[in-house]
Amino acid sequence: MSEALTFKDYASDQEVRWCPGCGDYSILKAVHRALADVGADPAQTVFVSGIGCSSRLPYYVETYGFHTIHGRAPAIATGVKLANPELDVWVITGDGDGLSIGGNHLLHALRRNVDLNILMFNNEIYGLTKGQYSPTSRLGTTSPSSPAGSFDAPVNPALFAIGAHATFIARAVDIDQKGLPGILTQAREHRGAAFVEILQNCIVYNKDVFDDVVAKKTAAETQIHVEHGQPLIYGKDRDKGLRLNPATLALEAVTLGENGVTETDLMVHDETNPVLAQMLVSLAPPLPTAMGVIHRRHAPAYDASFATLKPHERRHRVKELLHRGNVLDRR
Amino acid sequence: MTRLRATRQDGDRISYVVRFAGDSGDGIQLQGQQFTVASALGGSDLATLPDFPAEIRAPAGTRYGVSAFQIQFGGEHITTPGDSPDVLIAFNPAALVVNLPHLSPGALIVVDEQAFTDQRLKRADLATNPLTDGSLSEFEVVPVGISNLTQEAVKPFGLGTKDSLRCKNFWALGLMLWMFDQPRQPTIEWIERKFGADEQLRDANLAALNAGHAYGETAELAHELVQHHTPPAPFASAEYRTLTGAEGVALGLVAAGELADTEVVFCSYPITPASSVLHHLANLEDAGVSTFQAEDEIAAVCAAIGASYAGKLGVTSSSGPGVALKTEAIGLAVATELPLVIVNSQRAGPSTGMPTKTEQSDLYQAIYGRNGDTPVPVVAARSPGDCFDAAVEATRIALRHMTPVFLLTDGYIANASELWPIPDIDAYPPIDSTRPGDDAEPGHVFRRDPATQGRVWAAPGDPRFIHRVGGIEKDIDTGNISYDPANHQAMTDMRADKLAKVADFIPDQELEQGKPGGLVVVGWGSTYGTLHKAVRDCIRDGIPVAQIHLRHLNPLPNNLGALLARFDDILVAELNTGQLATVLRDKLGVQVHQYNQVSGQPFTVADVRRAIQIHAEVPMREVRP
Repeated sequence: MSEALTFKDYASDQEVRWCPGCGDYSILKAVHRALADVGADPAQTVFVSGIGCSSRLPYYVETYGFHTIHGRAPAIATGVKLANPELDVWVITGDGDGLSIGGNHLLHALRRNVDLNILMFNNEIYGLTKGQYSPTSRLGTTSPSSPAGSFDAPVNPALFAIGAHATFIARAVDIDQKGLPGILTQAREHRGAAFVEILQNCIVYNKDVFDDVVAKKTAAETQIHVEHGQPLIYGKDRDKGLRLNPATLALEAVTLGENGVTETDLMVHDETNPVLAQMLVSLAPPLPTAMGVIHRRHAPAYDASFATLKPHERRHRVKELLHRGNVLDRR
Repeated sequence: MTRLRATRQDGDRISYVVRFAGDSGDGIQLQGQQFTVASALGGSDLATLPDFPAEIRAPAGTRYGVSAFQIQFGGEHITTPGDSPDVLIAFNPAALVVNLPHLSPGALIVVDEQAFTDQRLKRADLATNPLTDGSLSEFEVVPVGISNLTQEAVKPFGLGTKDSLRCKNFWALGLMLWMFDQPRQPTIEWIERKFGADEQLRDANLAALNAGHAYGETAELAHELVQHHTPPAPFASAEYRTLTGAEGVALGLVAAGELADTEVVFCSYPITPASSVLHHLANLEDAGVSTFQAEDEIAAVCAAIGASYAGKLGVTSSSGPGVALKTEAIGLAVATELPLVIVNSQRAGPSTGMPTKTEQSDLYQAIYGRNGDTPVPVVAARSPGDCFDAAVEATRIALRHMTPVFLLTDGYIANASELWPIPDIDAYPPIDSTRPGDDAEPGHVFRRDPATQGRVWAAPGDPRFIHRVGGIEKDIDTGNISYDPANHQAMTDMRADKLAKVADFIPDQELEQGKPGGLVVVGWGSTYGTLHKAVRDCIRDGIPVAQIHLRHLNPLPNNLGALLARFDDILVAELNTGQLATVLRDKLGVQVHQYNQVSGQPFTVADVRRAIQIHAEVPMREVRP
């Protein structure tokens, strides 16, 4: 049945209720497109979300969906996956949902390597509760709950994922309709927990907060799209690159052709290397922000070990269990 | 020359109560469990009370570090671990003094005399030695050199002093097995299994066990101790096994899964005294159970809900503090109309309270403890063996009505053992669910059976029922998000009606014993055995008293109000400050009186009898212990 489906078929009949201009619209579109691209079976696909603007997404996808409670989507999705490892299970969360109230569950879903596709819509703000600063808000963010500017240090979602030993970490931009569906497809193909941080524009409460990274005019200079096996090159003219400075153990920006720098001097992306991944996800302006599949390695998925423990001859076993132990026969 | 109370040869009693006590590292619980198995296989009926501190290895010799295990066993139907021990075996001064209040005059006290040194007396905050200061004059005290005799017995096996002394629990067990003529073979087999890989430890422990047993024979010859015999218990023709409440819950869930033809996904986070349910189930994976040790209580209930959403039976288990954390998710299960079993092995007190002590103080939490108007059915188990049936019943309600269900047990029955007639699972009716059959009409997930209000339990993977569901109020027919005022009223009414419908399926409440008129004692949960014995004794003494014991606490059985109306006076006895009493007043508008105890310990038969006597003579008076 799935062969005939187009990306429109993955849209549910529910009216989408995000603010006009919200970045979530483009993410939803990318989700529909990714599902269509791989011909996902709607009956075998489940979207699980927590609470927040992003977490409304399951209502808008014509698959199974479960809009749960704040922060707990990874835990509920884990239960779904344990009960039926055949399912393709997606987790939709935001920076507040996934890293504040639900940070614990995200950590454990990642380190257990449950076969989930976790999409974190990071807009660095609490949208649905009307604009309080979030755990990813930059220092000094003014908001209704931080009128003088926030003074707690933000968490870097992708760096958090590395700390949790995630086996797939990617980063993308909401409006990147060319790149985002492909990232989602790769996340889906990954066996284990795939974590995708999506920079999302909250048009009402944190408008253009990512402009220093995503603004169209400068994007070529402020983003680096990494690809496994390829040198780390960026820039409108593809003349800039990242080189490992062994003295500082950090990546530094260089210009090809300047000071004798050639492509061979550049770091080559190895998505299996967690140390490199850590450097890449930590890149911040003025260095370009890393996009694409930053880290991917193979490790056994948690739910796979569950699938091997399935029961047979249950009634016989139950009877046997009832009689196991210290039995006194008085018949 | 000392003897256990009955000094005549024909003075053996039908049953005895023995209490083992020592440091929490002395292996007291193991000793008690082994004695339990021996008694069971020796043909006695029994009930046990493990009573231990939360600390794993509390500082040796302290009063707060004392661990105890009490068992009542013998040749009659035994429903309680006994009010006061006939024999206390104490491994140190602290174990002696903290257990003295449990003893009646004339009780036999066996102590390890090597443990009564100045230093250890001081550890137990004792200024003088109770063995010599006359404070034990009303008891029969037999000091035995347990430590020395154990070391002597295990000497040939070359253990160090510390390891040698660790065998003294088996030495003392050997002595007690001799004293009550119980078989040694089950313990011998257990030691062989447990220490099979370490011959030295195996042989040393066997030697200690046998030496303790042999000591008894010698002591009898010296007229220091007397051997006692109990007749075989009057068991009905059946196969029995020993069972703790935690095992009962575990096996009940396994059986429920089988009866409902579904796998059970058991999601839990370690917490005392509920963890043992997880431990038992973790070994039963080939019987249709998956266990998941979650990162916290919330994740545990959420994973269980996820499993139920995906078409398996999700179960979570905890104790009060953990259940508090699960509360929001339980509301989600109500809102999304998903089956879920929540086992609460209740423990004492608010907050951390007393984790290893028992109480029935989470009844309000189970019935009322959620935001919104969020009804949840509640059932309670009355004994270790009854945990099995209660788990089956909780599952039955969850799957019939598509709702979370609370199963209340407590620290006492979770750990206590009894002899349980092994049920024939083929005799249990299958558990019906609302899972759509092959011929089900597609699409209508929120179509509800008017008799149960259970919606269709469709799960991902089924192309006929693709749907979204969530915690936001939903349209009563389509399941789509709805903020419509009339719809919310209708949904709230539906949820209330669902709870009410549960009562249509539960059996009428029966009288446990006694006749209508006079006083009725109403209880629930683990107090069953004690209340049963106390009421039975009172009836025998001619007091007009009857007993009602509730399995279903929310909703209450439909006939309960009419049944209670047939009595002059109602006494609600429970291990809390009056929670069921409140519920009965609330739901049935009846006037009830309370008998409450909140000490972390089960009721004693004597206390309940006193309450019944006072109440039967002077009705309408508040009774407190």
